[in-house]
Amino acid sequence: MTNIYDERHFELTVNGERRQVVDVYPGESLLTVLRDRLGLTGAKGACEEGECGSCSVLLDGNLVCSCLVLAASATQSSVVTVEGLGGATDMQTAFVECGAIQCGFCTPGLIMAATNLLERSSEPQTDEIREALAGNLCRCTGYGRIVEAVQTVIAQRGQGAA
Amino acid sequence: MVALNHGSQRIGPDELVVSLKDVPELSIIEVDHEQRFLRIGAGVSWDELLGAPVDTLVPCLTQAARTVGSHQIRTAGTIGGNIATASPAGDGVCALVALDAVAVLTSPEGQRRVSVEHVATGPKRSVLANDEFIESIEMPIVDGWQAYSKIGTRNAMVISVAGVAVVLSANSNSCRIALGSVGPTVILAEDASAFARDSIDWSTIEISADSLERIGELVQQAATPIDDHRSTAAYRSHSVGVLARRLIERGVQEMRNST
Repeated sequence: MTNIYDERHFELTVNGERRQVVDVYPGESLLTVLRDRLGLTGAKGACEEGECGSCSVLLDGNLVCSCLVLAASATQSSVVTVEGLGGATDMQTAFVECGAIQCGFCTPGLIMAATNLLERSSEPQTDEIREALAGNLCRCTGYGRIVEAVQTVIAQRGQGAA
Repeated sequence: MVALNHGSQRIGPDELVVSLKDVPELSIIEVDHEQRFLRIGAGVSWDELLGAPVDTLVPCLTQAARTVGSHQIRTAGTIGGNIATASPAGDGVCALVALDAVAVLTSPEGQRRVSVEHVATGPKRSVLANDEFIESIEMPIVDGWQAYSKIGTRNAMVISVAGVAVVLSANSNSCRIALGSVGPTVILAEDASAFARDSIDWSTIEISADSLERIGELVQQAATPIDDHRSTAAYRSHSVGVLARRLIERGVQEMRNST
């Protein structure tokens, strides 16, 4: 059993696996621990203040900015990163096929946000999609093709293709 | 967390950080329908405030919640955190002040209740002692009309340039107007609230155009905005008056239409 008072050594459940995190500075964000301690570089670090959404992960099924989560506070939680989605999901494929990617830096965060949206709502309207993705900044695409990719997945799943 | 990421704050080797994230008692939402009363745990997230039962019982709080950050921020951020941050731009605080909500503060010495209006004493300053935390927020369920509006540069991820919450009570024929981002703390516009109460004809549920203008002026007088990187004081003063006037106009109209 982990000593909960030893904040320099704790365990996290990431993508279904118990991972040891050793010798950390207790102020490290979940983003830093994922990337620099656990080698999971899918979540990106840009603003590190919750503005850009490029570090989005699921914490107990809720979409969060991993840069705003104190890693040591997440020992009782289940973390899912883009690596944990299980390969090329229909959402990831739709992003590729719709051209919803240019430089790709925002893409993991957007994939997490879009995947999470369709878990909460099966057929969101365009306004709902835009509101749900409002916390993910993309400076390349202008968002049109990203919304299109999400709508493509909604249509595919509606036809039972997923 | 932002201060830690940017290195402007460090956790020292002898410092202890206590996370309140997994304390179930802080996640309650209790409704007392008989007493017309709602208690919300300080750890309830914005996302939880968007849905039942809060959305129908205190809709201005739900409206404020929807304007906070992004979905990512709303799943992590809490109503208690909004109060403790003591920002004059706190969207939830503005709604809670208009609702006449009370914060329940807990420390080893026991509990005390402080009106949300008086928890913040200035920007980032509050009455909270070092060993004290916000446990819950208590508020009346008000029959009538209520709403929150704010101005910013975008619909999402915006810290308000000016915000206004209005609560009209059909039972006590009263009005409370709270103003955000136009002073060192969220402000209760007392003169404007009293004038609105007295100038609404509560039997026909009507208000004159002149009275609405006057409410806008009184709100502007209550505001003490500053120039900063988000807005000029002049624009804040103008917009807070317009927001209040429009909210009262809409509230009176919608109350009349619903009776």
